[in-house]
Amino acid sequence: MLLLAIDTSTSAITAALHDGIQVLAEASTVDSRAHGERLAPGIREVLTRAGASPRDLTDVVVGLGPGPFTGLRVGIVTARTIAHVTGAALHGVCSLDALAYAARDRLAVGAELVVATDARRKEVYWARYAVVLGPGAAPGGVGDARTVHARTEPAVVRPADLPAEVAALTAVGRGPWLYPQTMTHPLCASQDAAAADGLLDVSAAALAALAVSRLTSGTLTARHEPLYLRRPDAVPHLSAKSALG
Amino acid sequence: MRPDEPLVLGIETSCDETGVGIVRGHTLLVDAVASSVDEHARFGGVVPEVASRAHLEAMVPTIERACAQAGVRLGDLDAVAVTAGPGLAGALLVGVAAAKALALALDTPIYGINHLAAHVAVDVVEHGPLPEPTMALLVSGGHSSLLLVPDVTADVRPLGATVDDAAGEAFDKVARVLGLPFPGGPHIDRAARDGNRLAIDFPRGFTTGRDLARHRFDFSFSGLKTAVSRWVQLRQAAGEDVPVADVAASFQEAVVDVLTRKAIAACREHGVETLLIGGGVAANSRLRALAAARCESAGIQLRVPRPGLCTDNGAMVAALGSLAVSRGRTPSGLDHPADSSMPVTLVQA
Ligand SMILES: [Zn+2]
Repeated sequence: MLLLAIDTSTSAITAALHDGIQVLAEASTVDSRAHGERLAPGIREVLTRAGASPRDLTDVVVGLGPGPFTGLRVGIVTARTIAHVTGAALHGVCSLDALAYAARDRLAVGAELVVATDARRKEVYWARYAVVLGPGAAPGGVGDARTVHARTEPAVVRPADLPAEVAALTAVGRGPWLYPQTMTHPLCASQDAAAADGLLDVSAAALAALAVSRLTSGTLTARHEPLYLRRPDAVPHLSAKSALG
Repeated sequence: MRPDEPLVLGIETSCDETGVGIVRGHTLLVDAVASSVDEHARFGGVVPEVASRAHLEAMVPTIERACAQAGVRLGDLDAVAVTAGPGLAGALLVGVAAAKALALALDTPIYGINHLAAHVAVDVVEHGPLPEPTMALLVSGGHSSLLLVPDVTADVRPLGATVDDAAGEAFDKVARVLGLPFPGGPHIDRAARDGNRLAIDFPRGFTTGRDLARHRFDFSFSGLKTAVSRWVQLRQAAGEDVPVADVAASFQEAVVDVLTRKAIAACREHGVETLLIGGGVAANSRLRALAAARCESAGIQLRVPRPGLCTDNGAMVAALGSLAVSRGRTPSGLDHPADSSMPVTLVQA
């Protein structure tokens, strides 16, 4: 198995390769404006580092967001196209799940957390999770056997409108650093520490590991539609060309 | 691959059409287009986010359809080309990301190219090799440019452009004033057929005196648009019927008169013997007729691709990509940006 994971739903442009046992390589760049420039070179880099070619891919998994639309689409169209060319199976995962999954080993089984990312316009994308034992794991087993369960659907909201019990949960993502008055319990001691531990923006390594665990348990979906959560602003761009070409 | 006959797939997503074209050398194999125009019509203009979402959904199916229709396997491609700009930023990015993914997965070179130069290059698949230099008049809802083209893969010189509305935009706005649907171009063209183009003497921007001296090859259509709407309002205020056909014909005449006059003046001044008209407004029947008549009397050869190749499409991108490969241009690389305001002087990103 050779699984390529891609996520462009946050400020990180991130790609990773997983062989079903471990992450072989990850390449991430944090730049909220360079998704179109950095993603393809990042994918080439992880392939080169793993000594693999695109033809070797068996699976492609992409973070479906929610996230700022323009960047989000870069990851999804890239994943769809690579899967189309190579014949690899295409899968999708809610990007917030990957951030929750990255935090699983820091929390006790049964603990809850909130993932909150930057939705711009003074809002956050969020979902509530519980850390649970993965399928087949014995109670008290090793951390790798843990996984996360979404307790809510992903949503977009102004931080002040988060339910009080959610705002009080341990928080990962950029949300608690952007809105510290609302989300007062960040998991990490500082934003830099969160970044270093892959708990600020999505890490494709965590996404890949989550996807492999879901593949094993048969819960990975082939769904690959973006999670926009917002309708488009219906403001025509009058200086754009019309349908006249 | 024969270097003069490269097999190139081109992707175009600068506005509301998802275009995928494939050419072999100068031969067009397929031109597949998925348009989201119907989704924009009720807004009276292109909604960028709606266009970007539609590109994402149409991208892979359009690539698939193009390959199936052309009988081409992706693995046989010699290169991938994509519109890197100018255009709507979010829309461009979908095409650029898809093209890079293709190039990466197929291990082919990628050419991120200028949309305007592609409008010029597409004519090679219709009328054969392009005489160089060529003068190009590109007119659409997004561009109104006069370009001197010594080498379409490397040297495109802007002589003039619109300072306000694009020609096609003026058609859309006047159509709205006349109660005609979006997009305005085809509806005005149709209405004008029954009208008298000399009925109303609408203003021709930048054609006289100091304006002409300062803006020799530039265009301005916003004054014309205002004049049309004022004329219509006065009629309505007086309780009179608006002669839609006459207004449409007179407005259209004012636009195409300025466009062709300046294009021919530019050919003369630069000693260029070929005029190429591209962009969606090139589908306008009066523009074609007047350009043909004026070129003939000026001894200039006129080239206008068929309407389907004048509007935005993937074939034009593939055509320019194919020329870039044949002429040995260096590919753009996987890290080239999508540039919404890419200058026309930059043919390749
Ligand atoms: Zn165009």
